[in-house]
Amino acid sequence: MVDYFAQFMPGWAAALLWFVLYAVILLVFALVNMLFITWVERKVIGRMQDRIGANRAGPFGLFQPVADMVKILTKEDITPTAANRVIYNLGPLVVVPPAILVFAVLPFSASITGVDLNIGLLFIFAVAGTATLGILIAGWGSNNKYSLVGAMRAVAQMVSYEVPQLLSIVGVVMIAGTLSMQGIVAKQAQLGWFVLLQPIAFIVFLIAAMAEVNRTPFDLPEAESEIIAGHHTEYSGLKFGMFYLAEYMSVLFVSALAATVFLGGYQIPFVPVGNVINNFLGPFVLIGKTYLFIFLTIWLRGTLPRVRVDHLMAFAWKALVPICLMNIFLVALIAPFISVTAANSPALAAPVAIVSMLVANAIMFVIIYLVIQSIVRRDRARVAEGTVPAR
Amino acid sequence: MNPFVVLSFVAVAAVTIGGGLGVVLARTVFASGLFLILSFIGVAGIYVLLEAPFLAATQVLVYVGAVAVLILFAIMLTRRVMSGSTQDNRMNNQWIAAALVALLLFALLVGTTFQQWNLSQDSPPPDSVAQLGAAFLGPYILPFEIVSVLLLAALIGAIVIARE
Repeated sequence: MVDYFAQFMPGWAAALLWFVLYAVILLVFALVNMLFITWVERKVIGRMQDRIGANRAGPFGLFQPVADMVKILTKEDITPTAANRVIYNLGPLVVVPPAILVFAVLPFSASITGVDLNIGLLFIFAVAGTATLGILIAGWGSNNKYSLVGAMRAVAQMVSYEVPQLLSIVGVVMIAGTLSMQGIVAKQAQLGWFVLLQPIAFIVFLIAAMAEVNRTPFDLPEAESEIIAGHHTEYSGLKFGMFYLAEYMSVLFVSALAATVFLGGYQIPFVPVGNVINNFLGPFVLIGKTYLFIFLTIWLRGTLPRVRVDHLMAFAWKALVPICLMNIFLVALIAPFISVTAANSPALAAPVAIVSMLVANAIMFVIIYLVIQSIVRRDRARVAEGTVPAR
Repeated sequence: MNPFVVLSFVAVAAVTIGGGLGVVLARTVFASGLFLILSFIGVAGIYVLLEAPFLAATQVLVYVGAVAVLILFAIMLTRRVMSGSTQDNRMNNQWIAAALVALLLFALLVGTTFQQWNLSQDSPPPDSVAQLGAAFLGPYILPFEIVSVLLLAALIGAIVIARE
C-alpha cells in the first residue's frame, strides 16, 4: 500500500499516510468488535441462564450496544468531592491506550500487519503490562475504600499472573526461534500449530490470560458482591465507558493473541501461507478463531464461580509457575532436535516436532497428575486427622 | 541528521526531563511516582531512537510494568503517606548536602558531554535482537547462565515461601 501511495507523494508522506490510515482502520475494527462482543456476551450468557437476552433494539437485539453507548454518553459526569481531581481524571486516560496499542503488531494476513516488530511478543507484554497503572491510578484517585481495595487486588493479581503468562509463551518462542508475530505464524505453517506442540502451555496461557484481563473466574478486582465495582466504583458516564472499553478490548486482543500464537493465526489448515486464498481470507479466519476464544471466556463466565483470594495467589505461584518451568525445561531439551530436523529434512519437521512434543507433554501431564494426587491425598489425610481445617 | 529524528529526540528528552522534574516538585508522593513513570517511558523512547528496541521493551516491561507499579503499590499501603500531608515537604534540612551532590553530578555530566569520544561509523545492526540472543548464548554464555540460575533460584524460592 505504501508503494501505491508513493506514486502521488514523497516516500515519507506515503508512509505517514499509510500508518495513519491503518491506525484508523484498526481503531474502528477494535471498537466495532468490542461493541459486538458485548452483544454476544449478553446473548450467550442469557441462553446459558435460560433467558433470551437482548432482543428489543433492532433484529436479535443487535443495536443494544448502540443504545448502551448512548446511555453511557448521556449520563451525568460525576467527580467525587474527596477525590484528587487530576489523578481521578487521569485513570480512564491511562487505561485505554495499552489496550489499543497492542493491536499494532497483530498480523491479520501475511501482508497485513501494522508493524512487524522483531520484538513483537515482548512489545505486547511490555505494553499490556502497563494496563495495571491505569487501574492503580483510578483506585487511588477515587479516594474510596472499595476503589482502593479493588485496585490492590487487581495489581496483585495482574503482577502474579503476568509471570505464568510470559513463561507459558517462552516455550513457543524457543521452538519458533523468533519474537516476531509474523515469524511465529510462519513457523506454525512449517511445524504445525503450537496448540499441538505445546498443549499444556496453551492451557496455562489461557488461564493466565483470563486472569490478566480480570474475567470471571478471576474477577476479584471488581467483585460486585464484595467491593461494589472495584477500581471504577466512582466513575460514571463516559469515564466508566473507558474502563468498559479497555476491558472488552483486552478480551478481544488476548483472544486474538491466543489464536495467533497457538492456533496458527490467519492460516487456513492445509493452505500454504503465501497463497492468494489465504491472503484474502486470512483476516476473516483470524477473526473466526478469535471469536472461538471469546466464546470460551463467556462460557467460563457462565459456568464458574469466583475464586477465593488466597486460592488465586496459590494457584499462580504453586501450580502454574512450576508447570511453566517444567515445560521450558522439556522444550529446551527437544527444541534443538526439532531445528536440526527442520534444517536437514524439512518434510519430516512437522511430524517429528508434533510427535516429540506430544510425548513430552504426555509425560508432563502424568507428572502433574501424580503430584496433584499426592498433595490432595496428604491434605485429606491431615484433615481426617483433624490437624488442619478443611480448605 | 534527519529532522524527524531530531524532533523526536527533543520530544522524548522533554518527557524524560519533565518527568524527572515532576518527581521532585510534585506535592504528593503518589504524583511523584506517576511522574517517575513518565520519566521511565521517556528513557524507553530514547532507547528506541538509539535503535535498541529490545532494551526499550525491557525498560517498559521491567520499570513501568513492574518497578513503578510496586512503588505505587507500596505508597498505597503506607497510611500516613496515603492521607497526604498538606504541608510542603519538598525540602528537608539536608538540602546543603543534596545541593553539593547535585553540583558534583552535574559537573561530572558536563565533563562527560564535552569529552571527545571515538564515534563508530558503522550503521546500527538491522536485527539487533537476534544478535543479542547469539551473543548471550555465545561469548557471554557463562554470565548469562549464572544470572539465569540466580533468577531461577529466586523464582523457586518465591514458590517455596508461598508453600509455607
